[in-house]
Parts: sequence; C-alpha cells; structure tokens
Amino acid sequence: MNSKEILYNYCLRLGDDALILGQRLSELCSKGPILEEDLAQTNIALDMIGRAQALFNYASEINGGKNTADDIAYRRPEFQYRNHLLVEQPNEDFAHVIARQLYISAFEVLFYGSLENSKDSILASIASKTIKEIKYHLQHASDWTVRLGDGTPESTFKMQRAINNLWMYTGELFEMDSIDDQLLKSGIGVDKSPLIEKWRKQIQATLSEATLTMPEEMFMQSGGKQGVHTEHMGHLLSEMQYLQRAYPDAKW
Amino acid sequence: MKNLHNDESFQKRIDANEHVEPRDYMPEGYRKHLIRQISQHAHSEVIGMQPEGNWITRAPSLRAKQILLAKIQDEGGHGLYLYSAAETLGVSREEMIEQLHSGKAKYSNIFNYPALNWADIGAIGWLVDGAAIVNQVSLQRTSYGPYSRAMIRICKEESFHQRQGYEIMCKMMAGTLEQKQMAQDAMNRWWWPALMMFGPHDSDSPHTGDAVKWKIKRESNDTLRQKFIDKTVQQAELIGLVIPDKDLKWNAQNGHYDHGTINWEEFFEVINGKGPCNKQRLEHHKKYHLEGEWVREAATAHKMKKIKRERHHLTH
Ligand SMILES: [Fe+2]
Ligand SMILES: [Fe+2]
Repeated sequence: MNSKEILYNYCLRLGDDALILGQRLSELCSKGPILEEDLAQTNIALDMIGRAQALFNYASEINGGKNTADDIAYRRPEFQYRNHLLVEQPNEDFAHVIARQLYISAFEVLFYGSLENSKDSILASIASKTIKEIKYHLQHASDWTVRLGDGTPESTFKMQRAINNLWMYTGELFEMDSIDDQLLKSGIGVDKSPLIEKWRKQIQATLSEATLTMPEEMFMQSGGKQGVHTEHMGHLLSEMQYLQRAYPDAKW
Repeated sequence: MKNLHNDESFQKRIDANEHVEPRDYMPEGYRKHLIRQISQHAHSEVIGMQPEGNWITRAPSLRAKQILLAKIQDEGGHGLYLYSAAETLGVSREEMIEQLHSGKAKYSNIFNYPALNWADIGAIGWLVDGAAIVNQVSLQRTSYGPYSRAMIRICKEESFHQRQGYEIMCKMMAGTLEQKQMAQDAMNRWWWPALMMFGPHDSDSPHTGDAVKWKIKRESNDTLRQKFIDKTVQQAELIGLVIPDKDLKWNAQNGHYDHGTINWEEFFEVINGKGPCNKQRLEHHKKYHLEGEWVREAATAHKMKKIKRERHHLTH
C-alpha cells in the first residue's frame, strides 16, 4: 500500500466504527425506556452518522473522487467494512446498549484526544469537533452504568451481564497493525498501546461506582479491521444498503 | 354563584385576547378540553415517530439518514414540550401514557397509515407536517399560554420538516421511473388522509362550539383545510405529481381550489380502530414502555439511594 492508500484505509476504519454504531443506535428510535432517552440515543446516532460522513468525505477526496462518501458507506461488500466487532453487536437490551457505549466512548475519548494532534490537519479537525460529542456520550453512558448498576437487583444483574458479555470485544480496540504503525511513524495516526491502561482505569472507576465488578481476563475476539465480522453484520448491512442495492441507478 | 361570576370574568379575559396561565382561574370544561387536546397532540408527536422511524435504518444516503434522525428527534422534542404544557393543567405524563394505552386518549389518525416506501418519508414531511403546520400556526394564538408558547417553538421546526419532505419528493420525481412511481404511489395514499387531519366539516364537528368560544381553536376545520389545499396543489403540479382527486379544480370566483368529496366513512372506521396500523402503533408503544419498566425503576431506585446516602452523610 502506498501512503495514500494507507490513509484512505485509516479513514474507512474510523468512519466504519461511526457508521455501524450510528446504524445500531438508529434502530432504537421510538423504543426508548423514556422519551428523553429515546432522544438521547437518536442524538448519539446523529453524531455518529455525522462523523462517518466527515471521514468518508475525506476518504473520497483522498481517492480522487473515484467513489463518493455514499458509495463508501453503502456499496461495499461485508468483508470490506473495517469497523471493530464491538460496534456491530446488537441492541440485546438497554444494558447492552449502555455497556457498548461505555466501552467505545471511553476508548474514543482517548483515541480522538490523541488524534487531535495529528499532523494531518483534516483528521485533526475532525477529531477536535468530534471529541466534544464523545465526552457527552461517555458521560451519558457512565451515568446510566451507575444508575443501572446501583439500581435494583434486576438492573444490577442486567448491567453486569452486559458488561461481561461485551468484554471480549474490547481487546480489538487497542490492536496495532501495519497501517497503524506506518501512520504512527508519519505522525498522522494514534499510538493505541499506551491507551489501554488509561481505558481500564476509567472503566474500573465507573464500574466500582456502579457497584459492579470488572470482568475477568478472557480470550479477546478480533477480526473487524480485517473484514472478518460477526454474524450480526450481514443483517445490519442488508437493511442499511437495501435501497442503494435494490435501485443502483437511483439518486436519492 | 361565585363560579358563575368567575366564568363571566374568565370569558371577558378571553374576549380581550388575554392569555390564560396555569395559576389563573379557568372553568373545569376549559381545563378538560385542553388536557384532551394537548395530550392528544403530544401523543401524536410520539406515535408519529414510528412510521418515520421505520425508515431510518434504510435511509438511502448519509445525508438523508441525518435529516430523518434530526426530524424524528424534533418530533420527540415536540412531544416533550407538549407533555409539559399539559402537566401545567394538573395531569402527569404517566397518567397521559396510561390513557393512551387504555384507549381513552387518542393520537392523530394519520399515523394509523403505513409508511411503505422511501417516498412516504417525503410525503409525510411534505403533506402531514405541511397540514400540521397550518393547524399549528393557527394554534400559536390559542388562549392557553403554555400551549401557545409550545406552538410557537414547534412551528419554527415544522417548516423545515415540510421543506425537507418536499425536497425528497422533488428528488424522487427527478429520478428513475421506479422512483417516480414510488412518489406517485405515496401521493395517492397520503393525500386524502392529510385532508382528513383537519377533522370533520364545520357543519358536523362535535367539539368546535366551546373551543371557539374559549379561543382554544382560532379557525375552523374547513378554513384550515382550504389553506392547506391552496398552498399544496401548485407544489404538486410543479414536480409532476398528480393529486388523486378528479374533482379538484381552481375556482376563479372565490380564489380557492374546490375539492372532491372526502370519504368520511373511512375516516371514522380508522378512528374507531380499523385502520391498517392502529393496533401495531399502540402495541409498539405499550411493548417498549413495558420493556423499559426495569430501567425506569432502576433510575428511581438509584435516585432514592443517593438521597438516602446524602442525608446519612449530613446527619453524621
Ligand atoms: Fe412535530
Ligand atoms: Fe414535524
């Protein structure tokens, strides 16, 4: 891969996380436990799709306009999506929605906080816009983790279960591969290895306030960045891509 | 005797176009009418999230998805303003939701129709929000202060919705044959229900009397319906959409469009629960309300624990 291709792929990875989580969250519309929370979830979805749009616009530009942001979002086969497995996990229940958000937002606060210093000015500016949103997402997820963890016996059970179930998808967030290494060298990408300790501390603090326990060490799933997804992904994409695939000549 | 006096001076205030505020005296009938109307309005905003929410996950572009998400968010926000406005009259949101679930409170009949293709999202914004605006603009001058102020906030956002809906219809009509067919199909299904949103003809509208006297309602159903038709017909023609009413024609004498006969029989069937989606909409709301119960309970339990801990902290 030349340096352009590497940067293009990097934008896709970041954009796919935002797109796929945005898609998951938009499934929740009109299904919230209270109206305020319904709006909070669609609001986060909106932030995510907005971030995906910015990153895919940039990817399209890097690619010389050969494909548009919408082509990138809607016209790839499953194995070309590069998101982390965590974000494609289904909305099992409200506790899973919150646990997924807690894990990813705690990661993104650190990741985009570091990307703000990228030598690539466009990535840096996307990062500084998005970091404000991410801080709110993290606050929101942390507040709910505490409420549910330290709520009723039923909610404690459900929150702990979600925290445990999704734990195996968190290791992938910190993996570095050749794309990460090369962009780190050129001062564009983020060094994720030192983030893991800070991330664990953050999660630990929230869980202990929530009277929950940190999951035990376990085997971590990975593959999203190489395009190897969970079974949930195909269903998500077939819904998301429906109109673009069924009417390839249409302009929307 | 005292009440009679109060009712008289109340009516004088109404006649002088004064706003009524939550702590002011108001006749029981006035309060009841408002609770019924505002809660129905709030429920409509919330139930209306369903047919549109049905298309968020399939929205065909990043831009379309963002616009639709933002729009539905606005609608939920309208629901919140309106629930708060109703709460100033002494009814809680939980009570209003119970009344919705028991069938005692209604929501706008329009949402008992399905959103079947992407152009429906255009038609809903353009026609349904378009019709709602006409009604809501008129309600900005309604006599109850909190309701009037909620309407002023809401109207600002509604005009965006209407424009964005029309934009979808424009794109569909400028697109492929299949897109045009989707647009016309949506037009055919939404036109008449949109006209019915204004309610029965003035001659047989059961609630109009007091509502007009109290200036809750400022313009009649037929007047509002006519305004909607007059502003919409040309927009349809401009992009080549056919309005499914063979009797629709310009009346040069009165400067309005005449329209064909509305099928009120269908309207009352749908209101009485026989529409394609009545059961589905209500069951959806009940299902997720029930599913969220453990979350609401947890939030309450957590709050109580916190208060207890703080008190404990203060006394030790
Ligand atoms: Fe609305
Ligand atoms: Fe609206």
